[in-house]
Amino acid sequence: MIQKKEFEEKFFRVLMFFSTLIIAAALIFIIFSVLYKGLPSISWEMLTQVPEGGFYFGREGGILNAIVGSLYLSTGATVMSFLVGLPLALYMNVHLVRYGKLVNTIRFILDLLWGVPSIVYGAFGFAVMTYFGIRVSLLAGTITVTLFVIPIMVRAMDEILKSVPVGLLESSLSLGSTRAETAYKVFFRQCLPGLSTAVLLSFGRAIGDAASILFTAGFTDYIPTSPDQPVATLPLSIFFQLSSPIPQVQERAYASAVVLVIIILVTSILSRMFSHRYQKNKINF
Amino acid sequence: MNRAVMRVSRIRVGRLLQDKLHVFWMQICLVLVFILPFILVAGMLYKSLLLIEAQPLTELLFSKTWKPMAGRFGFYTFIISSVWVTILALLIAGPICLLTAIHLTQYAKRWVLRVMHPIIDILAGIPSVIYGVWGILVVVPFIGNYLGPFFGKSVSGYSILAGAIVLAIMIIPFILNILIEIFKNIPPELSEASMSLGAGKWQTIKLVQVKKALPGIVSAFGLGMSRAFGETIAVLMVVGNVAQIPKGLFQPGYPLPALIANNYGEMLSIPMYDSALMLAALILFVVVLIFNFASRLIIVKSEKQLA
Amino acid sequence: MMDKFKIVIENLNLQFGNQPILKNICASIPENKITVIMGPSGCGKTTLMKSLNRLTDLNPDAKVTGSIFIDGQDILHTSENITLIRKKMGLLAQRPYPLPMNIYNNIAYGLRISGRRKKRYLDKRVEHYLRQVSLWDEVKDRLKEPAGRLSIGQQQRLCLARGLAVGPDIILADEPTSALDPISSQAIEGKFNELKKNYTIVLVTHILRQAKRLADHVIFMYMGEVVEQGPASEIFGNPRQEMTKSYLNGIFY
Repeated sequence: MIQKKEFEEKFFRVLMFFSTLIIAAALIFIIFSVLYKGLPSISWEMLTQVPEGGFYFGREGGILNAIVGSLYLSTGATVMSFLVGLPLALYMNVHLVRYGKLVNTIRFILDLLWGVPSIVYGAFGFAVMTYFGIRVSLLAGTITVTLFVIPIMVRAMDEILKSVPVGLLESSLSLGSTRAETAYKVFFRQCLPGLSTAVLLSFGRAIGDAASILFTAGFTDYIPTSPDQPVATLPLSIFFQLSSPIPQVQERAYASAVVLVIIILVTSILSRMFSHRYQKNKINF
Repeated sequence: MNRAVMRVSRIRVGRLLQDKLHVFWMQICLVLVFILPFILVAGMLYKSLLLIEAQPLTELLFSKTWKPMAGRFGFYTFIISSVWVTILALLIAGPICLLTAIHLTQYAKRWVLRVMHPIIDILAGIPSVIYGVWGILVVVPFIGNYLGPFFGKSVSGYSILAGAIVLAIMIIPFILNILIEIFKNIPPELSEASMSLGAGKWQTIKLVQVKKALPGIVSAFGLGMSRAFGETIAVLMVVGNVAQIPKGLFQPGYPLPALIANNYGEMLSIPMYDSALMLAALILFVVVLIFNFASRLIIVKSEKQLA
Repeated sequence: MMDKFKIVIENLNLQFGNQPILKNICASIPENKITVIMGPSGCGKTTLMKSLNRLTDLNPDAKVTGSIFIDGQDILHTSENITLIRKKMGLLAQRPYPLPMNIYNNIAYGLRISGRRKKRYLDKRVEHYLRQVSLWDEVKDRLKEPAGRLSIGQQQRLCLARGLAVGPDIILADEPTSALDPISSQAIEGKFNELKKNYTIVLVTHILRQAKRLADHVIFMYMGEVVEQGPASEIFGNPRQEMTKSYLNGIFY
């Protein structure tokens, strides 16, 4: 009897160990295979030129259009969602802190919105655009991505702001600050590193998503000079050019994948550094 | 003195006005988030209504005929593909997540958790299109060259199974994070109680902890499924995109999100096509919403019971 | 009359990381009596009690040295299976933690774990122990309901019955009434007085009056050390240490 019990535990412990190993190995495997395939295609020309002769057929040129386009688009989306997200997150945690039910309802809605697939945002964005007769453009793509990133950013900020004790709010108010001052001066500063993490997280989501910009941002060989022009992005640069039969075009896709992976890794490491500093500098109550 | 009073009051007026403006903007943001889901539904409904009026909903959902040129839109094939891929992905990811969560919270040394946390976070942050590239580079050839022939089948590798494997890896960090939270939140006194009754560690985990965590596990799986159901690009890249009802794991499929993504370009040239694709997006939205809603409700309810 | 000692603790030291929690504890706990461990909060009472059934093992940072003899056997240095040692002691925590199952299975859990599976036997035992804590009449019609639906007081009695069901000779209770209303507390205290005929009871409390009501034997702790111990009449009536005196007089808690 005892032996059977022990065997069962041992058996499952081996399974558990391997499951953990699979997850760790999967990450290394994914990053390794992308780098292995893509690194040889990385060159100075690849990173500093736009494609020549059309991105789908042209054998010459690089992916500068996609790199710059992605940075434009995701920076724009991050800034726009910050302008909506920060006030909302502060509002929930400073002004509405006594209205637990309402705040929980907002959280619930945000969580639901977070769960909505990005293709739905993309399709919706496209429908709105056709209704108003707007063509695919940097601006349309940015707005669509903003909609999709707002819930992510607000919830991430909310998790940070939630941890600020009510005592801090009360003491700031009792010193005569208005609520907005308390929000932007006290809460914002107290949580600054954590909020930066939330912004970086959102930036990572914005730059990586393909489905929401598929029909809203379009694709082009050039770097847009105004917001109403279509824009190339790294995810779509991978997606479109990988399906091409021409090896040189595929190389551009793999190079884009390398660049995208590196951007994601850098944001992830940066946000980890911020959150570590956050833990170090945080005043413990 | 009078002047000083005036200055103080002017400053106060300025500050209060500033406060009002801030609050006004905050409230606008709040309203925006509150109405966003309704706008989404309204927009999609408005577009797809055209098709719903032309064809009964049951036919749209359960007919296998997909002939856009003839104006016949039956989503059954695509829905079945989506269901296959999603369930299969959960079958792969679910056990791995559960076992790993138990390992990390109950058995593993602290440093393992410290190493695994960034790994899970990075895995969660990798864009879907990168998973797709990995799928094309690794999973598809593996199925086409090894797994398929091993089962005596000659296949391309672009298949339901490839989609499910890629999806499984994608939803693992998502599910795992929730599960770790859930196991961490079980009060240690519960395990102490079980152990002081003579139960061993494994029995305590199996009979008490997992049982206590069950509502959470169910909802984590539900959330994972809804994530898998709506995932687009990665699946689209490896699943094959053949509009047929898949008869086996090695056969290609054509899930709903892939249908939308693949056909948006040409939809404007065919009547009703845009309406049909918008309906597909609406179906996606509703299914995901129901799964999310139910899962989060279970979590909220079980949290209340704990308190 | 000489007391027979059920538990003898010798030179017990315990530290979490570098922080010593218990310093050189020497104490004896007499059989079939209620021994109260009291002292201000944070003095190590709970930790001392948890080391008695080695729940301190669950914390990887905890380092324990010294000896704890139970019936003459040193449980810190033994080859015997730790779960068998734990079964000798029923544990009652500060708040009731019913297992996530129905009322019946909460009691039957420990029995099933030790291999008793016959339904007739389980039924009889469940009823017996629920009666022993005077819970049977209140729950006999709702045995299949989740235990979480009982009131807090009922839950705590259920936890007591659950502990008794595995047949321990020792009951370890860690401030068992701190979450309860006065009437439920009274019920638990009354049970302890009945149970001490057959069980050795170790009760941790910081409620002085409760200690006075229940204790036969007292261990007074302060800052991880045992300040004074002995029969209740001596400690309460004629404490030898200044520290004990001032604690009893309410100078500090």
